[in-house]
Amino acid sequence: MTTADTRSPAIADLTADVFVAGGGPAATWAALAAAEAGADVVLADKGYCGTSGATAAGGTGVWYVPPHPAEREKAKASREALGGYLADRRWMDRVLDQTYANVNELAGVGRYPFPIGADGAQIRRGVQGPEYMRRMRIRVQRAGVRILDHSPVLELLADASGAVAGVAGIRRQLDTGYRVRAGAVVLATGGCAFLSSALGTNVDTGDGALFAAEAGAELSGMEFSNAYAIAPAFTSVTKTAYYSYATFFHADGTVLDGAGSTKGRSVIARTLMAEGAVLCQIDRASEEVQRQMRAGQPNFFLPFDRLGIDPFTQKFPVTLLAEGTVRGTGGIRIAGDDCSTSVPGLYAAGDAATRELICGGFTGGGSHNAAWAMSSGSWAGAAAARHATALGATARRREIRPLGEAGLRPAGTPGDPGQYREVVAAVQEQVLPYEKNYLRHGERLRPALDSLDATWTALRAGLRGSGAERFRAREAAAMAAHARWMYHSALARTETRGMHKRADFPEQDPAQHHRLLTGGLDTVWVAPESASAVEVAS
Amino acid sequence: MIEVVSAERCVTCDKCVLACPTNVFDLGPDRIPVIARQSDCQTCFLCEAYCPADALFVAPHAHPEPAGSPLRDERHLAAAGLLGSYRREIGWGHGRTLGASLAIGPDVLPGFGRPAAPATASPATAPPSPERHDR
Repeated sequence: MTTADTRSPAIADLTADVFVAGGGPAATWAALAAAEAGADVVLADKGYCGTSGATAAGGTGVWYVPPHPAEREKAKASREALGGYLADRRWMDRVLDQTYANVNELAGVGRYPFPIGADGAQIRRGVQGPEYMRRMRIRVQRAGVRILDHSPVLELLADASGAVAGVAGIRRQLDTGYRVRAGAVVLATGGCAFLSSALGTNVDTGDGALFAAEAGAELSGMEFSNAYAIAPAFTSVTKTAYYSYATFFHADGTVLDGAGSTKGRSVIARTLMAEGAVLCQIDRASEEVQRQMRAGQPNFFLPFDRLGIDPFTQKFPVTLLAEGTVRGTGGIRIAGDDCSTSVPGLYAAGDAATRELICGGFTGGGSHNAAWAMSSGSWAGAAAARHATALGATARRREIRPLGEAGLRPAGTPGDPGQYREVVAAVQEQVLPYEKNYLRHGERLRPALDSLDATWTALRAGLRGSGAERFRAREAAAMAAHARWMYHSALARTETRGMHKRADFPEQDPAQHHRLLTGGLDTVWVAPESASAVEVAS
Repeated sequence: MIEVVSAERCVTCDKCVLACPTNVFDLGPDRIPVIARQSDCQTCFLCEAYCPADALFVAPHAHPEPAGSPLRDERHLAAAGLLGSYRREIGWGHGRTLGASLAIGPDVLPGFGRPAAPATASPATAPPSPERHDR
C-alpha cells in the first residue's frame, strides 16, 4: 500500500443524478426511493453496504403501528414526556405512516422472513440486523444503484451558488480517489459514537455532520448526545433491553440499590466511577424468557457463550459504552418535509439527521430510530431525485469546487499523517467519561469544551492524512466538531430535558421549551430555533 | 476482536475482505486473508456471519487476546463448537432455518430507563411481543 502523500492517486470520475453517502438503513431506503423515482444513483459506504453501522450488527425493534387511531395515539403519547415535549406530532404521524408502508414492503417484495405469531400472522415489529441489511443491499443492487464499498466520502463539492453538486472520496481497498458529480446528495452516514466500540458503531464518526456544516447547514439537538448502553465489560455487545431482567451488584456481591429502575443507568455510571466495577446477573428471566432471548437476539449471547459465562446463574462485570448521537437524537437540521437541509441539493436522513422531530430529546430502544431511518431515507431519496430531475443536464455542466477543510486542507503546515490518533484520543478524553458527558455539570462541561476548542485549533492548523487511510484525519476532525457542537449546546441548555441532564440545573425550565440549533466550525454558535424556523420544520 | 483465520478451512472466497465494515483483512501472499489491521476491528462478528467455511473467529473482547488465550487456539475453538457458531445461530448456510424467522424475543420489562413498550395489539389476542431493544 502506498502511503506517500505526494503521489497523486488515480481519480475515477463518475456522474449520477443522486449520490447517497452511507450504507445503512437510511442510505439504502434513500437509494431505493431515488432509483424508483427514475434517478441514476451511486451509493458509497465507508465500509460494506450490508454490514456497516449500528443496525447491521445488531437487531432492532421497529415503530410499526397499524393505522388504528387508538393504537397510533398511544404510540405517539408514549415517549413525549421523556423527550421533553420537543417532538412534533405531525412528524410522528408521517413517520408512522411511512414506516408502516416500508415494513410491509420489506415483508412483501423484500421477502424479509418475519416470524409468525400465535395468531398465524407475521410479527413485523422488529428486524434482525444482518438479515435486514443483506436484503436491503440486494434490493438496492436490483434497483440498478451502483454501490461503492469501502469508499469513504472525504468532502462535498458545491457549485458557484453554494448548492451541493457532488462528492469526492477514496476507494480505500484500491487506494484510488473518486469524484461523483451529482444533482443532489443524501447524507446518511449515521451519528457519531466516538469510536467507543458500541456494537457496530465504529464507522459512525459523524462525517456527514462535518460535511453538512462545511456546506453551511445547521445542526439541531446536539445536546441530546449522551446515550450510554450497557455491555458486558470489555466487550462490544450493547443490548440494554434484556437487562430489564437483570439485578445489579457491587463488586462484593451486595445488591446495587436503584440500578435497574428508571434511574438505573446513572446509578451504574456513578458506581463504576466510585468503585470501579458493577456486576450483573440476568436472574429475573424465566426459562421461557431465556429461550425467547436466544431466539430474539442471538448476538446478545456471543460474549457469554465465548467466555464461558452463564448470565442467568453467574454474575459478570458490566460497563457503559457511549453511543453519542447514534442513539442520541441530535444531528443535521431538517428544513423541510422532504428531509432537505437549508443547503440546496443537500438532504439528510437517519442518525445523521436530527431525530428530535419524532423523539424530542430522548430515544430509548431502536424502534423509533429504525422508523426514522427508513422514513427519512425514503423521503430524502425521493426528494433528491426530484431535485436532480429539475436541474436536468445543467447539473453536469456546473463549475464545482471542493468544500473540505479540517483534516483535509490544513490552514498551516501539515503535520505528521499519524496525528489523527492524538486528535481522536484527545476528543475521546472529553466525551467518553461518564462524569463529563453523561452526568453533566457546567463546571465540568466548560473545561472539557476549552480542551476541545484547543484540539480544534491545532487540528485546523496542521491535521492532514495520507494515502488510502487519509479519511482517518477527516473522521478525527468530524469527531472534534461533533464534540464541540455537543458541549456548546449542552452549556446553552441550562436545564434538564430529555436525555440532557444537568446536575447544576436539575429541573425542566418552561422558558427553554424549544429546540437548540448550532453550527459553525472555527466559530461555533448556538441559538434557539426561531418561530419562523419552527414553521419550516413543522 | 478478530483472532483467527483458519488457513485449513478457508476456501479463499474473499467474502470477509469485502464484508468487513472496518476493512480489517488483506489478502496474504497465499491468497488466504490475513488480519492486517486488528486494531480497527469493532467486534461486530459480521465477518463470521459471511464466512461460508466457518474459518473465522471473533473473540468477544474489544481488545486483543493475550498470547496463550484459548480464544486464539483454533483447535480449542473447533472442539468447543465455537467456529461458525454465530452463523449457525442466525441460520445462515445451506439447509438451515433463518434465525430472523424465529426471532420472537421476550417482552421488555418496563422501568429500565424507558417506558413500557407500547402495546400494538389487544392483550387478548396479542402474540408474544418482539422486543423493543437497543441496537
